[in-house]
Amino acid sequence: MSVLKELERASLSPTKDLDPSHHPMDDYLRMDRMPHIWCPTCGIGVSVNCFAKAIEKAQIPLDEICVVSGIGCTGRVAGYMKVDSFHTTHGRAIPFATGLKLANPKLKVVVISGDGDLMAIGGNHFISAARRNIDITVICVNNFNYAMTGGQLASTTPEGSVLSTSPFGSFEAPFNLPFLAESVGAVYVARWTSLHIYNQTNAMVEALKKPGFTFIEILAPCPTIFERQQKFGDGLDRLRWYCDNSIIRHGADTHDVDIKLHDPVIVGKFVDKERPTYLDAMNTHFRNRFGDKYKDYEG
Amino acid sequence: MDGDHACCEGALAAGCRFVAGYPITPSTEVVERFSRRAPMVPGAFFIQMEDELAASIAIQGAVWAGKKAMTVTSGPGFSLMMEHIGLAVMAEVPCVFVDVQRGGPSTGLPTLPGQADMMQARWGSHGDYEIIAICPNSPQECFDLTIDAFNLAEQYRVPVMFMMDECVGHMMERVIIPEADTIEVTPRRYTKLPPGEYLPYKPGEDLVPEMFKTGDGYRLHITGLTHDYQGYPVMSAEVQEQLVRRLVDKIRLNAPKIWRYEETAVEDAEVVVIAYGITSRVAVEAVAMARKEGIKVGMMRLIVVWPFPEDRIFELASQGKGLVVAEMNYGQVFYEVDRCARGRAPVVLAGHGGGTVHNVEAIVEKIREAHKCRS
Repeated sequence: MSVLKELERASLSPTKDLDPSHHPMDDYLRMDRMPHIWCPTCGIGVSVNCFAKAIEKAQIPLDEICVVSGIGCTGRVAGYMKVDSFHTTHGRAIPFATGLKLANPKLKVVVISGDGDLMAIGGNHFISAARRNIDITVICVNNFNYAMTGGQLASTTPEGSVLSTSPFGSFEAPFNLPFLAESVGAVYVARWTSLHIYNQTNAMVEALKKPGFTFIEILAPCPTIFERQQKFGDGLDRLRWYCDNSIIRHGADTHDVDIKLHDPVIVGKFVDKERPTYLDAMNTHFRNRFGDKYKDYEG
Repeated sequence: MDGDHACCEGALAAGCRFVAGYPITPSTEVVERFSRRAPMVPGAFFIQMEDELAASIAIQGAVWAGKKAMTVTSGPGFSLMMEHIGLAVMAEVPCVFVDVQRGGPSTGLPTLPGQADMMQARWGSHGDYEIIAICPNSPQECFDLTIDAFNLAEQYRVPVMFMMDECVGHMMERVIIPEADTIEVTPRRYTKLPPGEYLPYKPGEDLVPEMFKTGDGYRLHITGLTHDYQGYPVMSAEVQEQLVRRLVDKIRLNAPKIWRYEETAVEDAEVVVIAYGITSRVAVEAVAMARKEGIKVGMMRLIVVWPFPEDRIFELASQGKGLVVAEMNYGQVFYEVDRCARGRAPVVLAGHGGGTVHNVEAIVEKIREAHKCRS
């Protein structure tokens, strides 16, 4: 429980010797856009903080990194990050990011979006970009529902969940995202919850540094809809639940990490492997095919 | 070479260095050629995406990274791209959408011509907006006008619809490709202001804002939501009015500079045939036949169809000339001509659903009809 206590203490008594004119996130967030739209105890803000920390830890210049989001609650992340950021159409953040990255391979391109956006309407783009091993990082904040539209059934909703379009409980089998990501070729796959801020941040650092299609799933509380509808309490209650019910199992077989509504969740780093990125494969292939006539594509 | 290949060469000549495509008849030859050419053209890149939704937004990512980019499709794929034509309009992304039209609706006639996507090109995406649409009628024009399409896209920061048809796409003709240094290419309108001073959606005098390039330190936000000068989302009727009115006006108010059409024997004509794309070549025959019959008939070929040359159509109608609109649909540009004629002259449609070019006699018949209505 120590992490949780620390979180609670920090929120109750902010450190006194901080310079009030400078917020530690000033360099990373568009403070002129605050307050943000997210609900109190929503997990998305946690991931935004972790991501900012990860950029710092990975020592990526802010002029080189860009964030692409789709539509939805997590889709708003791009709008708050003080980097070149793109708020695209529903489900299409990944192909936009693909174009951005392939047109200028020097950019560090990160997609941050929600489960509905990336996996349902954007599912084809997700599997295709992973298959090609496009050198981007995809961070999926999974809150198990379409929250911005008022809480509808998603492709990630655990069976039995009550939502506005599954009023009698969902009976669909949800995606197991790490399994999906691994099976289509992602070179890095991890899952953490909003409770695991250090692990989440470190996973982001690892993913940012690793060439290829890297994927992180973050299980995030949705206090206003998902948690309330399932009678799980608020976001903090959900974090307490994750604290008691998260099993860290690095290298777990992703086949076994599917999520059931009331069962403990398996978190950790599941996949970390090597595979040539799309551009590396292309350049190698054309060099072999055309010899010296071919000049490596660099944007 | 055929029109599809000429379009690809025109794109390369215009500086297009990024094509994302998805195979669809009868447009595939454009991307096939680009995929062959790209490895040997410095900075050129081709990718075949997983669908047209992906292709039409990958090009926009590439544009923000500094490339000139296009995607290529036909009717069914064009339908899927509507979402991103809207994004390109809203975020003002200069790019080119090539639609080699075939017969529709739905899967329709994959290998046969159509001209029924004209209204879709104009307003197929939701919301209100204006775009530019160009209709070539020969492989040479597929080359020349593709360059113009890219130039107009850059000039007005707007997606340009390059509306070919199956006949023009697959037609083999001699294409003259001029020396590269004689080709006029409009560069991207990048801001000269430093980060901090530059506002990405503050328009210039011609209502077009200047661009920035990702990675140049501007750290700005681009969204498909209604946004203010800074690019930040604002949900209000006032900002909507300011933004969307400008998006419409930057084309409407500049329309006289964008309009392009070709007129033949219009001066003394009592009837004018209005046509575009492959149909304009059939219409030439019809005009010649009708002239032999003694009907004074001329021809107006639309090259830029959107924005529509409203003033010129009104002028022709005001002179009492009967107007015949020949197109492969049951009335799309026809209704625009009818609107612009404002009841001053008879407007007759020579239309059919596509699958083959017009029967010349069918157009002549409509010329006679218009002539009769007039007298």
